[in-house]
Amino acid sequence: MKARRVVITGIGAITPLGNSVEEYWNNLEKGVSGAAPITKFDASKFKTQFACEVKGFEAADYINRKELRKMDLVSQYGVAVAKQALDDSNLDLESVDRERFGVIWGSGIGGLKSLQDEVSSFAQGDGTPRFNPFFIPKMIPDLIPGHISMTWGLKGPNFTTVSACASATNAMVDAFNYIRFGISDLFVTGGSEAAVCEAGIGGFNALRALSTRNDSPSSASRPFDATRDGFVLGEGAGAFIFEEYEHAKARGAKIYAEVIGGGMTADAYHMTAPHPEGEGSSRVMAEAMKDAGIKPEDVDYINVHGTSTPLGDIGEVNAIKKVFGEYAYEVSISSTKSMTGHLLGAAGAVEALACLMSIERGVIPPTINFETPDENLDSKLDCTFNEAKKREVNIALSNTFGFGGHNFSVIFKKVTD
Amino acid sequence: MSEIAEKVKQIIVDKLGVEEADVTPEASFTNDLGADSLDTVELIMEFEKEFNTSIPDDKAESITTVGHAIAYLEDNVN
Repeated sequence: MKARRVVITGIGAITPLGNSVEEYWNNLEKGVSGAAPITKFDASKFKTQFACEVKGFEAADYINRKELRKMDLVSQYGVAVAKQALDDSNLDLESVDRERFGVIWGSGIGGLKSLQDEVSSFAQGDGTPRFNPFFIPKMIPDLIPGHISMTWGLKGPNFTTVSACASATNAMVDAFNYIRFGISDLFVTGGSEAAVCEAGIGGFNALRALSTRNDSPSSASRPFDATRDGFVLGEGAGAFIFEEYEHAKARGAKIYAEVIGGGMTADAYHMTAPHPEGEGSSRVMAEAMKDAGIKPEDVDYINVHGTSTPLGDIGEVNAIKKVFGEYAYEVSISSTKSMTGHLLGAAGAVEALACLMSIERGVIPPTINFETPDENLDSKLDCTFNEAKKREVNIALSNTFGFGGHNFSVIFKKVTD
Repeated sequence: MSEIAEKVKQIIVDKLGVEEADVTPEASFTNDLGADSLDTVELIMEFEKEFNTSIPDDKAESITTVGHAIAYLEDNVN
């Protein structure tokens, strides 16, 4: 069976750097940090008191008030960003076959704030259960694509991928496969996360995963720097319209890029720590390139997972060196988490948007906050430190890895024919 | 209008996202105000919380209009 081609024809962004693709890309290019002291709750007793929050998001601009209150913020981000991508695609929903139009969405956690609020209100009561009937639907992460399907009548395959911080890339690779093997023609895909709340910060603090650089939030996310001390929690969403190539061509759609390959592997090693030699992460990049039918030398840009944790960054760099050999010194590498923070299950979505920016604009977004070289990391690698760099990008690869040892890579290519 | 009636109307406007003018005593939650079964459950819970009372399930099932809710609460809340 000949696989069909899959292209991206619509995009949307709600990020700590801005609530539109344009604003997000501009700030990525400028090297802006999205980190600041937490405004969503009083974090004064927490080890980490800052995060990369979304700013100025008005859900009512996208969703009617009655539906809004039945959605956790994670679904509000999802529906809002899906609307941006659908609008951007110029699809005429009246004329497309919506039974072949699905939604595959990534979210690592789901409605954490709803869970936290409902359970604490029960715990503070006299034992009488007064759970809100919308508690469960607000919490479960599959309601995000559920809401997207209901809002636009999209009746194809519909589910959420939950693979921690790799969830959105997982969703995109799935959507890619479903289209290429003929199951559907169109997908809204991507991911959203909204875990900046007491349970999110407290939980990740307990894992010692977060930076505690409270005196300087904007320089805390510093992938590859010797003084990195953990990731900065981010939130937000990214959305894409994946469309079968002939379908897109027939309607004269703007095509951002083609999805040419995906890889998925597991470390089978540890709950939260990545494999020190990057066993699963090297295999996943190799698999994705094999799937795409390309050689390492064809890749111009790698948007790394690069969370700014002491162990993770080393494992990933080792994996890149293993897979790319000598060419590892020529490929452009950057971690946009230095600016956006770590959007957990939505990370792969906003990072795929950074890859599309590199293809669209011919600009590699930087890894900001680099000051002190780490002797455990090869200084000859081009990690695009501190300033964006012009480079014609034909092929970009995005890595995301999740707790549990899930590894995903996805590869995008400029469309010229 | 009683204080209870005012509060009931406010809760309905807030939860169902409807115009205040539509919240008449005869208005049915499901037929006139666009509520589904979950919305109705939530309304009852909000009434319980606001008026610090407990509405038994069999009574809750018979509260289907704005007027029913006001009447029940006026009879059962001090």
